[in-house]
Amino acid sequence: MIHQCVDQFACQAANINFNVDGLLNGFWQLSIDGLSWGAIYALVAVGYTLVFGVLRLINFAHSEIFMLGMFGAYFCLDFILGFTPSGNAYNKGVALTILYLAIAMIFAMLVSGLAALGLEAVAYRPLRRRNARSLTFLITAIGMSFVLQEFVHFILPHIIKGYGGSNAQQPIILVQPKTQFTVFGASVSNVTIVIVVAATVLALLTDIAINRTKFGRGIRAVAQDSTTATLMGVSRERIIMMTFLIGGVLAGAASLLYMLKVPQGIIYSGGFLLGIKAFSAAVLGGIGNLRGALLGGLLLGIMENYGQAVFGTQWRDVVAFVLLVLVLLIRPTGILGESLGKARA
Amino acid sequence: MSHRDQEGAPPSKWSGLLAPGDVLRQWWTDLDRVAKWGVGAVLFGMLALLPLFTPAFLNTPGISFGGTMAAFVMVAIIAIGLNVVVGQAGLLDLGYVGFYAVGAYTVALLTSPTSPWNQVGADGFLSTDWAWLACVPLAMGVTALAGLILGIPTLRLRGDYLAIVTLGFGEIIRLLADNLADITNGSRGLDRIAYPRLLENAQRPNGVFSNGNASGNMNYGTWWFWLGLVLMIVILLFVGNLERSRVGRAWVAIREDEDAAEVMGVNTFKFKLWAFVIGAGIGGLSGALYAGQVQYVAPTNFNIINSMLFLVAVVLGGQGNKLGVIFGAFIIVYLPNRLLGVHFLGVNLGDLKYLFFGLALVVLMIFRPQGLFPVRQQLLAYGKSAKNLLRAADDEKAAA
Repeated sequence: MIHQCVDQFACQAANINFNVDGLLNGFWQLSIDGLSWGAIYALVAVGYTLVFGVLRLINFAHSEIFMLGMFGAYFCLDFILGFTPSGNAYNKGVALTILYLAIAMIFAMLVSGLAALGLEAVAYRPLRRRNARSLTFLITAIGMSFVLQEFVHFILPHIIKGYGGSNAQQPIILVQPKTQFTVFGASVSNVTIVIVVAATVLALLTDIAINRTKFGRGIRAVAQDSTTATLMGVSRERIIMMTFLIGGVLAGAASLLYMLKVPQGIIYSGGFLLGIKAFSAAVLGGIGNLRGALLGGLLLGIMENYGQAVFGTQWRDVVAFVLLVLVLLIRPTGILGESLGKARA
Repeated sequence: MSHRDQEGAPPSKWSGLLAPGDVLRQWWTDLDRVAKWGVGAVLFGMLALLPLFTPAFLNTPGISFGGTMAAFVMVAIIAIGLNVVVGQAGLLDLGYVGFYAVGAYTVALLTSPTSPWNQVGADGFLSTDWAWLACVPLAMGVTALAGLILGIPTLRLRGDYLAIVTLGFGEIIRLLADNLADITNGSRGLDRIAYPRLLENAQRPNGVFSNGNASGNMNYGTWWFWLGLVLMIVILLFVGNLERSRVGRAWVAIREDEDAAEVMGVNTFKFKLWAFVIGAGIGGLSGALYAGQVQYVAPTNFNIINSMLFLVAVVLGGQGNKLGVIFGAFIIVYLPNRLLGVHFLGVNLGDLKYLFFGLALVVLMIFRPQGLFPVRQQLLAYGKSAKNLLRAADDEKAAA
């Protein structure tokens, strides 16, 4: 709901419309804006898909890991780099801005990664020791999602003054959206460039880490058959921790990119909807499949924008959910199939 | 989750504290049928009289106790309905608030003067005096239909996917209520919804169920509590009978092992759909009660977080145990109201309800995933006679 009214389409109170012309006229612009949304969804979706691939668990609290990342990035900009929150944009020049963004992103990644590791250690590891059912895992995940949200909502304001609480943080705007060049008549803003470039680099790095390195082979082995992998000398516990860490780190990176896109979206409940959409993206591409999550994220971002152009801004979230239901009905294994290790029967 | 795990686990020092149900249940199973009815009637009678003779330690200082009990009984009905879906059939439904909303909006759309579909008065088919009551079965029917429409495509999915799709459904219902402003009046909501007009007199011109009757112990909350309690008992009897029937046995079979159930000839899809539709209908009933009591519905009342709260009630009470989930419902409604305005280290404890419930879920899942009052696996087919037979065999063995 946070990012409902930020795009160039004004919020309308009308019920529902079928504005196909709006889609055709704005096709390239919608695609490019959708791409930047999709890049954010894709990075968050990787966290869902990796954990699902290894543990067969929908990590419902992943959206809160993302939310903590946003607060981490904000904390870094505010306290460490000394930006004062205000409605006005800073203009520090290209090189310095990129440096600041990189520092904030690394800090957000640290916060999210550590939070994900903590989540795994506190909530999921005791359950694994007890061989709990998958429903038990899911309910725990929902519980942790509550706990993290409410922690930021009510406890954080008492720890760091001015943080958390019922209202969104006063935005810190590092990059003023400005058109850099046009493609097919669609303007590409500097924010879009930063988001797409950063997300592409991170996605490539993750893909290499999973498919090329020894550690990635371990993750794939555990996803395929954890018992055999353990017998072959792979430490299952370490792999699981690593999986949560990678997911958390990428969610942290995504949270900074989201901040660029929606500076006023830093609120305790800000991760929830985005998390569900990122999960939808993971399912769309084939949950458990890394490249599927990336593709699904991009597709969801773009489709959501098209749907919003056709039906109206207020139906944006409905489009995402309907898309999820349709995918599950027509092709439950997603576009690329569920195969971090293998397809599941 | 199963009975076997429970006995297999070594008894820890926590088990007595976390298992208040086991002692109670032993006592309950040892009673005979007439005594059970007697004890049940007395207990429900005492529950009904609570708002009139409220013990001081139980009272809610910040808010009307009758109103709290009315909210409790509505959530209890919801918990019983959700228990059919989650506890008995083992389908995780995270969008149950959607059914609650459909039930409430059905009543609201048919009886609110703000709604374009208002049917109360001269040009509608509902009389002013009986509008609410006539809408209750309608609301249940519409909600059950919504359950059918949602269930047919989604119940073929795997369990964890079902959870997310139902979550999406709950959110879609709320967004529809928010976005279809011409019909639902958008975020401003629908007001002046019909309610039962009973015992009208000069002092209470709109009867005891109107929100004009707000003072004293016999306020409208108390009256709604009594009405809800009667409906809850009807629902309990209905669900209890279902549980002991072929349908209930099929649900347990599906919950414990869907593939095995299918192999044994249970039409799993059909019975899952039944669970979904019956659960939805019960949710709709509760929604209708809610709409009547507050006489106002708005999309914000049906946020997805309520779905999670309902789930907490079921999990806390013990999935599958319909009396346990009533206790769970009591906790989730009563505690926030009790803690309202109580301050601790500068934090309002009433605000922290979701934090506490989240922690409770996590701790419960680790130490006692079956809930405070876990359901006991029983011999379902022949019930008592089979149990007596087995007991006799055990006794003979012990004697020999």
